Amino acid sequence: MDTALDPAAPTEAARRPWIRRFVSKMPWTTRFCASWLIVIVGAAVFADLIPGLADPNYQGFLFGDGVTNEGPSLTHFLGTDNNSRDILARIVYGARVSLIVALAAVFMGVVFGGFFGSMVGFVRGRTDSTVMAVVDVILAFPGLVLLLTVVTLLGRRDLVVIATVIGFLSIPPYTRVARANALSISRREFVTAARAIGTRKRTILFREVIPNVLPTLLAYAMVNAAVIILLEGALAFLGLSVEPPTSSWGTMVNASRVDLQINVWPAIWPSLALVFTVYSLNNVGDWLRRLRSVRSAAL
Amino acid sequence: MVDQAANSPLLKVDDLRTTFTIPAGDVKAVRGVSFSLDRGRTLGIVGESGSGKTVLARSVMRLNLGTNVTTTGTAVFEGTDVLTRSPAEMRQLWGTEMAMVFQDPMTSLNPLVRVQRQVTEHLCRHLNLNRSEARQAAVDLLREVRIPDPETRLRSFPHELSGGMRQRVCIAVALACAPSLLFADEPTTALDVTVQHQILNLLSREQADREMAMVLVTHDLGVVAGRTDDTMVMYAGTVVEHAPTASLFADMRHPYSEALMRSIPRTSLPSHTRLAAITGRPPDLIDPPTGCDFSPRCPYVQDQCVNEEPPLVETDDPTHRLACWTPVGSPEARVAFEKNLAAGLQQAVAVDLSAAPSSTGGVDG
Ligand SMILES: Nc1ncnc2c1ncn2[C@@H]1O[C@H](COP(=O)(O)OP(=O)(O)O)[C@@H](O)[C@H]1O
Ligand code: SF4
Ligand SMILES: [Mg+2]
Repeated sequence: MDTALDPAAPTEAARRPWIRRFVSKMPWTTRFCASWLIVIVGAAVFADLIPGLADPNYQGFLFGDGVTNEGPSLTHFLGTDNNSRDILARIVYGARVSLIVALAAVFMGVVFGGFFGSMVGFVRGRTDSTVMAVVDVILAFPGLVLLLTVVTLLGRRDLVVIATVIGFLSIPPYTRVARANALSISRREFVTAARAIGTRKRTILFREVIPNVLPTLLAYAMVNAAVIILLEGALAFLGLSVEPPTSSWGTMVNASRVDLQINVWPAIWPSLALVFTVYSLNNVGDWLRRLRSVRSAAL
Repeated sequence: MVDQAANSPLLKVDDLRTTFTIPAGDVKAVRGVSFSLDRGRTLGIVGESGSGKTVLARSVMRLNLGTNVTTTGTAVFEGTDVLTRSPAEMRQLWGTEMAMVFQDPMTSLNPLVRVQRQVTEHLCRHLNLNRSEARQAAVDLLREVRIPDPETRLRSFPHELSGGMRQRVCIAVALACAPSLLFADEPTTALDVTVQHQILNLLSREQADREMAMVLVTHDLGVVAGRTDDTMVMYAGTVVEHAPTASLFADMRHPYSEALMRSIPRTSLPSHTRLAAITGRPPDLIDPPTGCDFSPRCPYVQDQCVNEEPPLVETDDPTHRLACWTPVGSPEARVAFEKNLAAGLQQAVAVDLSAAPSSTGGVDG
């Protein structure tokens, strides 16, 4: 707002690198959440390179090299589960499943949902009603049934299948969000102004509409990623996510269920990871959305 | 052919009507407007907010969006009727032949695009410029619209500029491909009083330098005074008075024009007291009143006004067109006004309180 009124050169703040400007506006909870997300993503990506991180599938007790349901120790920071596997390692590798599924959902949602939604919100008419009718049908279809059908048909239940199905199911909600935004952006004066100087429709869609839809869509993606991670956790808990021994946070909770009276920690650690990640995604997503609405109000 | 094109007006609009179909009914936003504009000339369109000025300008430019719009009549631009052109054919005209400056420079620039690309994008398309040529063209344009330090400004985003600077950028965008007709739709309404004059002067200078025809749309009669060749006063989607600007101000005939004249903002008053002098509200465009549209608000109203719609006809001066049964200054008008005042008609009383009814001299500034 200040800069809008100031006819002079870009302000001091505007000249600082954008990343620092960005971070300096974050409340401390958001900074904490963003750091957690960076840590968890980094750990999942570079899990193989972390020195001293145990093999997540190594069952020490089979080799006389450890006990089950061990408490925290220097060799196992978070202890071991009922198969004497290192919990920390399983959380780190399990994050891969959660994050890949979430990424697949966000990617397919933003790319396909973002494109279709922006396009139909801009062109309207029959294309709009057709695409939105398809979207409504997909939304009405029970996701669990689709997942079970695909898994049964393919006879496998690996990360690719799970991520693809969940990714496909994410397209409709993104389409709706993108369309709603494209509708209002297409009514903004700069779109008319672009037409008034003879810009092609396709160019207007890609240069004027979609770039202005994207920030809102990315804020939505943060919150949606949290939902997907929870969904994957629930599927894993039901035994419908990736097959063992691949670890996933939901699978870990599920597996520790039988020994819950003996040791609750193998269930608590992955749950905490889940809660922190979901909370952080929501927090950062909300912050992005607020930032976005403040920005567009100022424009 | 060439001769004919040189003699015929650049734009000739005939009986243009634009209607929006909404659930409540048909909004008749423009109801039979006719005018013509020669090359290099300027026309001011004046009227209260909601009188159909924007819809008229956008209809001629074919920028009204949506499936609920119908436009009839003709708008012959450089020999062809734009209303029958396909969108692809319109794209040949947009930018290069006709361009528009919008009311609100805050919303008519893409917030995510730097000034340089806003200004040069379509230039590059038309002229096939490379990067450095495009940059130079952008610098030249910004310099032309008097933006200080154009090299730095090229890298700015719209929100880093003040309103006046943004409107200058919008003007640069509109002028980039040297259109022969420019619509300026309330180009200064959203701006500070102090920059309004600068922007209007910039537009006038560009118009004169480029020998470009310009339609200047405004709700403020004071804006067109001394700036346009002709002035057209619109009320409720129709033209009520149309004359060369000088003769309009010297001899204002329509009661609505007179009311607008009285409502020219004085610098001593806050800007939102603008139309205080006109009592009542503009008519419902879905179901307009019978007779004269202005009759519910006119201080000179008499029986004929309510029953019969006054046609837009030439007065004793053929360049001065007027739609009123009892023009301001006529003896009949005076009689009608005295009668309405005696009857305590609200609009007559308001006029009587603010000033003598027919004291419309020139305008200062
Ligand atoms: N898209 C639309 N749908 C329905 N009514 C509209 C639309 N655009 C304009 N109008 C109506 O047309 C009338 C004239 O509007 P406008 O031309 O914007 O007035 P002005 O520019 O003179 O202030 C207004 O009553 C407005 O409500
Ligand atoms: S005098 Fe009659 S015709 Fe003229 S503007 Fe008033 S109401 Fe309309
Ligand atoms: Mg308007």
